[in-house]
Amino acid sequence: MARFALSPRRLGYRFNAVGMIGLSVIVFWATVAVFAPLLIPYPIGDIVDYDYFGPMSAQFLLGTDYLGRDMLSRILMGARYTVGISLAAVALACFSGVALGMSAAVAGGWFDAILSRFLDALNSIPSKLFGLVVVAAVGSSMPVLVLTLAVIYTPGSYRFARALAVNINSMDFVTVARARGEKTLYLIGSEILPNILGPVLADLGLRFVFIVLLLSGLSFLGLGVQPPNADWGALVRENIGGLPFGAPAVMVPSLAIASLTISVNMLIDNLPVKIRDRSNG
Amino acid sequence: MTNLVEIRNLRVQAKTDADRTVDIIRDVSFDIAEGEIVALIGESGSGKTTIALTLMGHTRPGCRISGGSVLLGGRDMAALPQKALARLRGTEVAYVPQSAAAAFNPAQTIMDQVIEIVRIHGLMSTEAARAKALSLFRALALPDPDGIGARYPHQVSGGQLQRLSAAMALIGDPRLVIFDEPTTALDVTTQIEVLRAFKSVMKTGGLTGVYVSHDLAVVAQIADRIVVLKGGEVQEIGTTAQILEHPAHPYTQQLVAAFKPATRSKTVAVDTVKRQPLLEVRTLSAGYGPIQPNGRPLAMAVNAVDITLEHGQNLGIIGESGCGKSTLARAIAGILPPTDGHILLDGRELAPSARNRQREDLRKLQIVFQFADAALNPSKSIDDILARPLGFYHSMSKRDRDQRIDQLLDMVHLPRTVKFRRPSELSGGQKQRINLARALAADPKVILCDEITSALDTVVAAAIIDLLKELQRELGLSYIFISHDLSVVQAICDEIAVMYAGEKIEQIEPAAFGAAGGHPYSRLLHSSVPQLNPCWLDALEQDPELVNAFSKR
Repeated sequence: MARFALSPRRLGYRFNAVGMIGLSVIVFWATVAVFAPLLIPYPIGDIVDYDYFGPMSAQFLLGTDYLGRDMLSRILMGARYTVGISLAAVALACFSGVALGMSAAVAGGWFDAILSRFLDALNSIPSKLFGLVVVAAVGSSMPVLVLTLAVIYTPGSYRFARALAVNINSMDFVTVARARGEKTLYLIGSEILPNILGPVLADLGLRFVFIVLLLSGLSFLGLGVQPPNADWGALVRENIGGLPFGAPAVMVPSLAIASLTISVNMLIDNLPVKIRDRSNG
Repeated sequence: MTNLVEIRNLRVQAKTDADRTVDIIRDVSFDIAEGEIVALIGESGSGKTTIALTLMGHTRPGCRISGGSVLLGGRDMAALPQKALARLRGTEVAYVPQSAAAAFNPAQTIMDQVIEIVRIHGLMSTEAARAKALSLFRALALPDPDGIGARYPHQVSGGQLQRLSAAMALIGDPRLVIFDEPTTALDVTTQIEVLRAFKSVMKTGGLTGVYVSHDLAVVAQIADRIVVLKGGEVQEIGTTAQILEHPAHPYTQQLVAAFKPATRSKTVAVDTVKRQPLLEVRTLSAGYGPIQPNGRPLAMAVNAVDITLEHGQNLGIIGESGCGKSTLARAIAGILPPTDGHILLDGRELAPSARNRQREDLRKLQIVFQFADAALNPSKSIDDILARPLGFYHSMSKRDRDQRIDQLLDMVHLPRTVKFRRPSELSGGQKQRINLARALAADPKVILCDEITSALDTVVAAAIIDLLKELQRELGLSYIFISHDLSVVQAICDEIAVMYAGEKIEQIEPAAFGAAGGHPYSRLLHSSVPQLNPCWLDALEQDPELVNAFSKR
């Protein structure tokens, strides 16, 4: 088998085809999000076609929307909101969830009890409803969306990290570190985190998907990204009238959401695995 | 006599996660005659369980039988399809696992599980099966044979559960019974009863058996012949007497030699002046669970124990599982703060919890645990693991640390290149050496060794004991050596403290252990340790009252 220099196997990792496909789709959308302003053929707010729900054509590759705006441009720019807001929210949610979860597991006692009950209470509020109430009360803006989504998904991440950390915390090597006199911060960062990193990353991937879906849901209800900007969920909502005509304006953003969420799942289910058998190099 | 089992040129292959195939069993051939018990002995990874499992036509996931034949009563278990194998399992060949507790379903009564094989194969009516189970319970000397079947697995002791799993295996009248380390997880006093029950059932039924174990003394009691394995190859096959008395192969000789470590003679203190003891523990109590109104925890594990350790001396603490010996070590190390009592190190009183102790006090007292792999962080390299205490206690610079790590690895006789590896890439004995090196990195005065050799193979454990002695000579350390294994404690300790049910019942010199004048429990413990003599079990006579008083059968 010919091996090229950056083959995962050469680096000591095993990475299967499904995972690679997932990764390439994600990288594709991330690149699109970064370079969207350079890629779009038309400004997203401009009405460029006299027809609405126009079909795919050489001029408008993905057809036009309900006002006759270019769909390709809107989807490329939509990637910024969908990928960007979700990524920021998931990073916030997982960072705070994992940090709190590990602290609770290591510290135990009343700190653990109070924090757990508080986050359980937060968890018991239905996420869509919570999002609706907050956005309706404060108004929709990017920071509000990111923070709301992060708050909604922190308790789940906390529960997950705490459950993992409790298991690691009872291992002898943590006991050895405690007997050595180590402080909580070292225990969390050096002894526990490296051992829960794999599952935590998988959880991060899952939560990313949920956040994309919730954001799309909020936008669908008109509470997410505000016009003329639109994330993919908003695109589906505003073009829902084109559904009876099979307009690309409603199909393509749906496909975009599906492709991103499915490929994230494909990646996290097939993360590269370190090869332990080193005998044949 | 005809051969019931004929294994010819057996090969088993395993596939690693890099899709590389490894031969884990290479060209193994041996026979088992009808009515004979053959023991497979070897260290972990020697392939003894793998061979035993091929007798049922089974290999563990990722493995496959790649060559040779396993004839059981003329049928090749290696070639039969799964359906045919399923018919033979339970009726022709049966299996007694190492951990009976894991083999029983906690949600069903014992009787239902024991007669399950009969139900699956439709061998006899349920009434007949129950009657047969009762007779097996009697033959296995189980207490309350009529009532025990109605209980659930958690309601009987470990030794009883192990005998019940033998009843489960024997109910289908198999021609071959495979015992996979059935007494390894049991206490010595319990082990005797289980071994006796197995032996009498096998002999009266004229059954053929395969007994897998790493313990030569246990095997000597029950097996007719012994197959010595190492690295998936047969080293030596011989009758029990021949293997024990005239081992021909060098590895077998090593194995027999490792069994009898020399007893340590009490080191005479150099200066006769009465010195201050190094570590003194006074009326220490510790336990688990919420604190009760009387100020003590719900379950007391250690009750008012006093121990004293002199400079350069070793103290052994011996007792069966649940006697509180590990809790004592944890309380001394401050991992489980004691509820009562005092700990003095070098004349200074230590705080109950490690959190409140001075870093200097923590440094002088290091602890090494039983499970070497659980005590090493799997996601760190050996380099990082050893560097941390050096930086933490001695604030060494990066260059000093690197030098010191090389010295430490030399001290524990490991090649310096292992520092680039992760714990999972080392063997059990190597991991335990790293644990020792990490304790040594602190430059301690006392090392608490909590069952550090119990999870290791005999030969490897003997090497660790030698290493401990050598380190003591060079560094003037003192050990508190906790173990359930009498021979190990005798090999290294100047004094032995015997613990039972959370209390220290006596402290004596190794030579006096088990002598007539000692505490009755010490005598029972001493007489229960299997010896390398095939007649030991049959000749062993224990006072039944003593046994009832102290053993948790």
